[in-house]
Amino acid sequence: MSTATAAVPGGLEEATGPLGEDRKGRVGMASLIIAEISFFAVFIVAYLFYLGKSATGPQPGEVLKTPVVATICLLASSVTIAIALRALRAGSLGGFRLWWLATILLGAGFLVATALEWHELIWERGLTIATNLFGTTFYSLVGFHALHVTLGLCMLTFVLVAALRGRLHPEDAERTEILSWYWHFVDAVWIAVFCVVYLTAR
Amino acid sequence: MAVLDRSLESSPAESSARVPVGSILHDWVVTADHKKLGLMYIASGLVFFLVAGVMASMMRIQLALPQNDFLGPNTFNRLMTMHGTTMVFFVGMPMFFGFANYVVPLQIGARDLAFPRLNAFGFWMFLFGGVLLYFSALGSEGLYGAGSTPDVGWFAYAPLTSRTFSRGNATDYWILGILLSSVGSTATAINLVTTVATMRCPGMTLGRMPLFVWILWVDAILVLFVLSPLTAAQVMLLFDRFLGAHFFDTQAGGSAVLWQHFFWFFGHPEVYVLILPAFAIASEVIPVFSRKPLFGYPIMVAATICIGMISMSVWVHHMFVVGLEPGANTFFAASTMAIAVPTGIKIFNWLGTMWGGRIRFRVPMLWCTAFLLEFVLAGLTGVILATVPIDWQLSDSYFVVAHFHFVLIGGLLFNIFAAIYYWFPKATGRMLDEGLGRKHFFWFVLGFNLTFLPMHVPGLLGMPRRIYTYMPGRGWDAWNLVVTIGVAVQAIGILYFLWNVISSLRDGEPAGDDPWDGWTLEWATTSPPPEYNFEEIPTVRSRRPLWDLKHPEDPDWRWE
Repeated sequence: MSTATAAVPGGLEEATGPLGEDRKGRVGMASLIIAEISFFAVFIVAYLFYLGKSATGPQPGEVLKTPVVATICLLASSVTIAIALRALRAGSLGGFRLWWLATILLGAGFLVATALEWHELIWERGLTIATNLFGTTFYSLVGFHALHVTLGLCMLTFVLVAALRGRLHPEDAERTEILSWYWHFVDAVWIAVFCVVYLTAR
Repeated sequence: MAVLDRSLESSPAESSARVPVGSILHDWVVTADHKKLGLMYIASGLVFFLVAGVMASMMRIQLALPQNDFLGPNTFNRLMTMHGTTMVFFVGMPMFFGFANYVVPLQIGARDLAFPRLNAFGFWMFLFGGVLLYFSALGSEGLYGAGSTPDVGWFAYAPLTSRTFSRGNATDYWILGILLSSVGSTATAINLVTTVATMRCPGMTLGRMPLFVWILWVDAILVLFVLSPLTAAQVMLLFDRFLGAHFFDTQAGGSAVLWQHFFWFFGHPEVYVLILPAFAIASEVIPVFSRKPLFGYPIMVAATICIGMISMSVWVHHMFVVGLEPGANTFFAASTMAIAVPTGIKIFNWLGTMWGGRIRFRVPMLWCTAFLLEFVLAGLTGVILATVPIDWQLSDSYFVVAHFHFVLIGGLLFNIFAAIYYWFPKATGRMLDEGLGRKHFFWFVLGFNLTFLPMHVPGLLGMPRRIYTYMPGRGWDAWNLVVTIGVAVQAIGILYFLWNVISSLRDGEPAGDDPWDGWTLEWATTSPPPEYNFEEIPTVRSRRPLWDLKHPEDPDWRWE
């Protein structure tokens, strides 16, 4: 019957479309990102809904400073991870390790900046998650974002360790790129948080 | 096509040698095979179904007579909460994922889901979420001393769930049990979306996918969008209860209505997450037993996508009595009525499929036919409730209870039964007994109508839901008695079903590979299918690849 197969009108090869089994990592990560977006959307809605409704102070405008360093770190890390991937594709493992390490350091820099901000808010300004609605919504939203940065850093470090032990090859570029999607997503969430939390506080 | 022929010829060849129980158990626990996981989903869903059914029966015994004292108010609240939570999260969801797991890879000609181990992870998260929910009976001290299951209702409105009103840990078990199983469900949804997108066999374009796969694909995408908001809201509730946050704390300016928005933004699409698999099953069973291809396939796909999208913009119809502004009420009343249109199109197309077909009323088809009738009734009361002033009158009454039980039993459960009778031969190699199946069908449908048709009336007469008893002389007594008798009749049907499953597993009639003369790829392999499903990955050229194989003189691809 295989001869009949060849005679069929409108062949079989092009039929399944562009998404083959080799793309399953991409589709899986995209699906995860959709689920994560709707997770963060709820916290963003809660933040906006309660903006200015706190029964007591402090209000956002009184205590929040624009997180310039943190934002630069995170945005830059999206660029460095892209350069690292380009290096991996080009077969330059040294370049990959360098730029990948830079990504991790920038991500860590973001977390340090967040820690300093929280330290000031908690110890000097007396704002905790239980203080008022602003504290509740602020720490949940920013905290969950920081949690995602932390998880991302763990995965990035895992790849770095693999690269340093010589276990990473240019053929792994696809998998590494899928991981970078997650990192870009975390970055995009930060842009939303920046607009929703810090720009409205000015 | 030689591919298919070869797998048709090969026999099950199950070795009859005795295997120790421990090793069988080990196989099932460590498995990442989509068929085993699918069967475990369905089996655990059935166990939870029986447990929650017993709870419902106890509540109906209590309500059979006015001022009955079979159950106290506290017990009644716990039973009603556990019944609702179990039926939605631990019966409806695993049935969706169970059939999706088992059937989707077979129908798209794949060897497994895209991420088999993630699939196992999703199942065990689901199962232990359910176990954790029930562990509350032992583990949570509650306000009443040892052992208190949650009692805040399945939608757990704020501020009832705050520390002040829900002491002890019963509510925390409710939150964490559902949260865990939701993480598992999200993982499985990601898996299904990816599987359908990337694992289809050569030739299976989107336009040639069986409608079953199409609908479950849309359903899995819907889960991605709506389940994580519930997770987010439950995390907020945990923060409120453990960290002193104020999300739903009205005394600090928090909003109880916001919980309602968050919950129902999940809760209403969830109804469609549960009912879409029923549509998928009907779209599979009705054509095969009408001996006609499905009528209006592209329209059915479009209607499914419409339902998926509109379902995310109707949630406020659960909140008309909150007192939102008229604009919001108007919008959501209109969108709720709009979603009846694609659903009506589906009903029309199923009828169009049956029209002029050579209908074989075997047990699966009986269930699907009954579904068509009951579901139209359920939809009609739904449109009635979408009308804001009528909802103001009937909200939180037994009319609403009757409505959504019509949807979830007459819609979902009937089709689950259809699916079990339809695919049992594929999964076990044995037929379910036709005679017992007809008895099951007769008693259950009779009992269902005896329970839920009369239940509309006390609702119209003002009987609120979630009351544990009522005074005589309000005109509710006779109706409630009839409703309870109906439950007993349904129980007879369920006993026939259980006996049927047990006896057919032991010595049912051997099924062969293709007992229904089906058209989709799962009937091209053996019953039960080997672990790798297909010896060689099949190729398809139309929506009914097996028809093409059986009728080389008149294949579908010549016409499609």
